[in-house]
Amino acid sequence: MINQLKAVFNRDIKLAFRQRAELLQPMMFFMLVISLFPLGVGPGPETLQKIGPGVIWVAAILSSLLGMERLFRDDFQDGSLEQLMLCGAPMPMVALVKVTVHWIASIFPLIVLSPLLALFLNLTVEMYWALLQTLLIGTPLLSLVGAIAVGLTVSLQKGGVLLALLLLPVFVPLLIFATAAVDAAALQLPYSAHLGLIGAMLLLACALAPAAIAYALRVSQN
Amino acid sequence: MLRANNLTCIKQDRTLFENISLSVSESELLYIRGQNGSGKTSLLRILVGLADPIQGQIEYQGQNIRQYPEAFHSGLFYFGHKLGLNLKLNALENLSFWCQLNEISVSQSQLFELLGDLGLVGLEDLPVSALSAGQQRRVALARLWLKTNAKIWVLDEPFTALDVQGIELLREKLISHLDAGGSIIITSHQELDLEYSTKELILAYQI
Amino acid sequence: MWKWLHPYAKSESTYQLCQTLFPWFAIPALLALMIGTIWGLVFAPADYQQGDSFRIIYIHVPSALLSMSTYAAMAIAAFIGLVWQIRTAYMAMMAIAPIGAAITFIALFTGAAWGKPMWGTWWVWDARLTSELVLLFLYLGVISLYKSFDDKLQAGKAAGVMALIGVINLPIIHYSVEWWNTLHQGATISKFDKPSIATEMLWPLLINILGMGLFIGALALKRLQNELLRRELHRPWVLKLLLKESKKSR
Repeated sequence: MINQLKAVFNRDIKLAFRQRAELLQPMMFFMLVISLFPLGVGPGPETLQKIGPGVIWVAAILSSLLGMERLFRDDFQDGSLEQLMLCGAPMPMVALVKVTVHWIASIFPLIVLSPLLALFLNLTVEMYWALLQTLLIGTPLLSLVGAIAVGLTVSLQKGGVLLALLLLPVFVPLLIFATAAVDAAALQLPYSAHLGLIGAMLLLACALAPAAIAYALRVSQN
Repeated sequence: MLRANNLTCIKQDRTLFENISLSVSESELLYIRGQNGSGKTSLLRILVGLADPIQGQIEYQGQNIRQYPEAFHSGLFYFGHKLGLNLKLNALENLSFWCQLNEISVSQSQLFELLGDLGLVGLEDLPVSALSAGQQRRVALARLWLKTNAKIWVLDEPFTALDVQGIELLREKLISHLDAGGSIIITSHQELDLEYSTKELILAYQI
Repeated sequence: MWKWLHPYAKSESTYQLCQTLFPWFAIPALLALMIGTIWGLVFAPADYQQGDSFRIIYIHVPSALLSMSTYAAMAIAAFIGLVWQIRTAYMAMMAIAPIGAAITFIALFTGAAWGKPMWGTWWVWDARLTSELVLLFLYLGVISLYKSFDDKLQAGKAAGVMALIGVINLPIIHYSVEWWNTLHQGATISKFDKPSIATEMLWPLLINILGMGLFIGALALKRLQNELLRRELHRPWVLKLLLKESKKSR
């Protein structure tokens, strides 16, 4: 089983690197959305600092949604998913591996990019530090929950907008806790409780999401 | 070897088939025939466990495939409409990934040789998207030569898009599999002229 | 146990069950709604602070209260469908979903209409309003996922998974929004805290809540029956039923 999972991991990493152009698009989108805000609300440093955490998080959610569809789309269309399901490896684990690779390949770069954006939006060092931690704990949650909806919509021809419609309401608590953590950091207040809440949600998702993704993929095969 | 009882499949509120029972035993070929839209592909997908029937169950060597999926999957080879080849990877990468998935140990040189036998010399390094439809199917069918421990083959239109040599190669492979005591479930629009004990199951188009 | 039952006998007996249950929901629902609404709108005393505008409470509170429980009912149906693989449970789920969405919309609309005279604005980002809005989006997500599939069994399973994700998320959303609200308490609007309600005002409210709940149940039963007929139009039991009906009307 370990060898099978390793094979899936290696293949997905290889594929991700072959499709660099496609991976760059969500990153560029992320940058663009964030640079639109100063143009829209004015370049006042205080305003930007106030809206900064929310803007970065909303942009992160939107751009992760953009790349999310890639998670299972190609494998579904070319039939690799059928072969994966028939190889005897436990599907929840396979799904977890695929989500991990997707996170490394298309979400982690966003986090790497985030210091630059913190600079754009005039965040203080404390705020940035809190933001980084919420991104590190929160984005895996995005990927895990998102993957369930991707699994459900993968057999539909036009899943893009539907995916956003399904997922955005579900991400409300994450957005609230994450931005509240950064706001607390701005006021020099402790924010470990917020991180703990996000961590709890992440653990819950780790426990439930793999099985749900596997079930969703089965439904899509019918 | 494989036995199905009272399978029923309903798609989009249309009954494709109702209470179908079938079985194949060793060295036996089950040829499933029927018009387009009569549910051949749906039946095969149910038989390999990709889709769930509305009712009925399937047994592999006396064990329900839902309860004992591991034994079933290690003895099964399924070839569907979708080839299961990633278009951005080349033939070698696709095949060696598939072998790793199915826990088959095979060296790169063996794969080279096999692809050569199948008339794909010099195409090993091209991404699969650069190959023609027939060549892609040859790459996908190469798995038949790799998964030697598969006892039951479920093939959905394997002859489509193959040229004369390809069809001949595949026919010989099917016969040698049957000779070795394997069983085959197949759909095809071409006439199968295999001199072998063949069962037929005809699916009628239902409205 | 379900496995050996003939699969179509099940939907027929579900249809019959709905048929027998329907009057037990519909008639009390109509009575309660009539009594409660007339009592509330005409006979209950006007509020000393809000005057007559408070009377919207007789629609707003029942719908707001029941919007969440309707979601729970939908999720229970989804759970039954997913665990025991019962086709009719998905139909029940989708019979409930649009009703829930409508109720949620009514709650939001009446809330906004009430907010205008009360708070001087149509919309405030109050915790209750916000979670109600998210709830509406969850309903719409489930419905649109269901509508996107051609195969309705597959659609039911997919929408069922989504409904369950929503129901796990609902309490989290609810508390996060409430907490967010206390965090961002604006100075402009003091939150409307409910004064203890007078008994003459309370009774019609309770009756209306009961009536609304029964009404939702009756609607769901009728919708489920319709769905059963539509989905199994070519089944013998539907044909037999239609023949019987047409004989009766002659």
